Amino acid sequence: MRSTMKTLSVAIILACGVNVSAEDKTPDLEEMWKIIQQQQAMLEAQKQEIERLKNEAKETEQKVEATVMAVEDSMSASGNTGNSWYNKTSIGGYGEVHYNNLENQLATGSDKDMIDVHRFVLYVNHEFTEDVRFVSELELEHSLAGDGKPGEVELEQAYIEYDLNDTNQVKAGMFLMPVGMINETHEPPTFYGVERNPVEGNIIPTTWWEAGISWTSQFDNGFSTDLALSSGLYLTPGSSFKIRSGRQKVAEAKADSGALHGRIKYTGIPGLTLALTGYYQGDYNQGETTSEDALSMIETHLVYNIEQFTIKALYASWDLDGTAAAAIGADKQKGWFIEPSYRLNDDWGIFARYNRWDNAAGDGIDSAFSQIDIGVSYWLTEDVVFKADYQNQSSPSGANEYDGFNLGVGYQF
Amino acid sequence: MNIVLRTLIALAVMTTSSQLFAQGTYQSNADFLKEAFDDRVPEPEMLWISRQIKRDVSEILGNPPSQLRVRYWQKEQKTAWILEEIGKEKLITMGFVVSNNEIEKLSVLAFRETRGWEIKHSFFTDQFNNVRLKEDLQLDKTIDGISGATLSVRAARKLARLALYYHRSVQSKS
Repeated sequence: MRSTMKTLSVAIILACGVNVSAEDKTPDLEEMWKIIQQQQAMLEAQKQEIERLKNEAKETEQKVEATVMAVEDSMSASGNTGNSWYNKTSIGGYGEVHYNNLENQLATGSDKDMIDVHRFVLYVNHEFTEDVRFVSELELEHSLAGDGKPGEVELEQAYIEYDLNDTNQVKAGMFLMPVGMINETHEPPTFYGVERNPVEGNIIPTTWWEAGISWTSQFDNGFSTDLALSSGLYLTPGSSFKIRSGRQKVAEAKADSGALHGRIKYTGIPGLTLALTGYYQGDYNQGETTSEDALSMIETHLVYNIEQFTIKALYASWDLDGTAAAAIGADKQKGWFIEPSYRLNDDWGIFARYNRWDNAAGDGIDSAFSQIDIGVSYWLTEDVVFKADYQNQSSPSGANEYDGFNLGVGYQF
Repeated sequence: MNIVLRTLIALAVMTTSSQLFAQGTYQSNADFLKEAFDDRVPEPEMLWISRQIKRDVSEILGNPPSQLRVRYWQKEQKTAWILEEIGKEKLITMGFVVSNNEIEKLSVLAFRETRGWEIKHSFFTDQFNNVRLKEDLQLDKTIDGISGATLSVRAARKLARLALYYHRSVQSKS
């Protein structure tokens, strides 16, 4: 390159030199011909140099393209593509730590002044093929599990899911029941309030899982359905037939009587969710008594979100056959709540909730609980949330009644 | 028979009879581009991820971009982009057509998650029509979410912002 430029420079200087001396006399024809030939040679050299530079640029472009493709392939290979088991296995989870400062209004009751790692949850999922996957959820509650310890280790999900096609999936194994708002989606950043709402806890009863087979369908118009045959609840007089106590958690569960349940959900308008779930089980005694007593449940809920404002409302009701349950009013168990909330911005949100539930609503005795919650959430990131709320509870006579505040931190990944 | 049981059986009949042979509704990348450019698809071009673009994309996605450059197609003032982002666990692939700094069209080209299927459908994607990007790299319109599909909706919002941002970068380059 440099020698070429030097040659050109000399040629230009010579050409200039010829022109300077021409000031003294006009070049004759022979001299003019020499000048033209020199300039012609100069142009030819320049043309060749341009061609050479063009080829060099093209070569450089090809090298850059090859380098970038190699780098991109390498980035892609390290970014979880490929057929090894670890490329098809994903880990996720969520967790929450709570502080409860609650005064018991029952004179003979104890206050609740407690700090607790309420949940530490891990998901492990694996894709066998594009259409067949394994989904699992393992949970540790209250930090320590074992004899005499406050916590539990629970397997909440473990199922195989198969895509029949793009709009139909079948599950077989142990799965979360398709009911309520937080039974399936309960990662801390997704709901308001430090604790999960008491209506779903006591009536749904969240978190509720069973084993069986389930079919899910999605329709173009925004409807989706879930239909399942599964293991069922086992209710006893010892627990006053309370629904929450009837969860067997698929732990050597009695399977004399299974259940049929289904849900229809509508999400065809952005921001709106409407859902209706039904559950039927032929015998909640699981064959342990001489009578077969059926139970059924209906649950419905609405979520409506418009701009920053959201309203949620839920109603659930159980009907139990059998004289023993009716004798204590447990033949009807129901609850509802309504929760308006406002997202101030990406980081802050406020809510209020009125809850009412009764696990013995079948008689005339006052057995209903109600609770008002108001609170705030702060999202440090989309997946990390800090929460604070105040609760005021009203309980039937003789029952614990907790008023006070709760603080919490939660995450999901 | 208990009314709840009767309702559930009706649900079972409805589900199985109408859906057993239902097909998916996805569009291939090639078909998306043909639709975007009336069958006359231009040659793809590359937008290099400069330092400034990398900074802005990091703000949009919440993490730095994994590519060195992004492929796009352009005819006159219209650009088309095929972009991917993880919802909960899997990549969601979406196609965007941007014109006059507005989203003209959005299509979900591949959805691999087990939840959040609603974002595939027009009742969700129509919200993005004519959406623009503000100076703070946020959309100029609220996109309503879907209960139980938060992460898929979040991914769709991020990709929309990204497509509008890339379009703006290409326009300012030319």
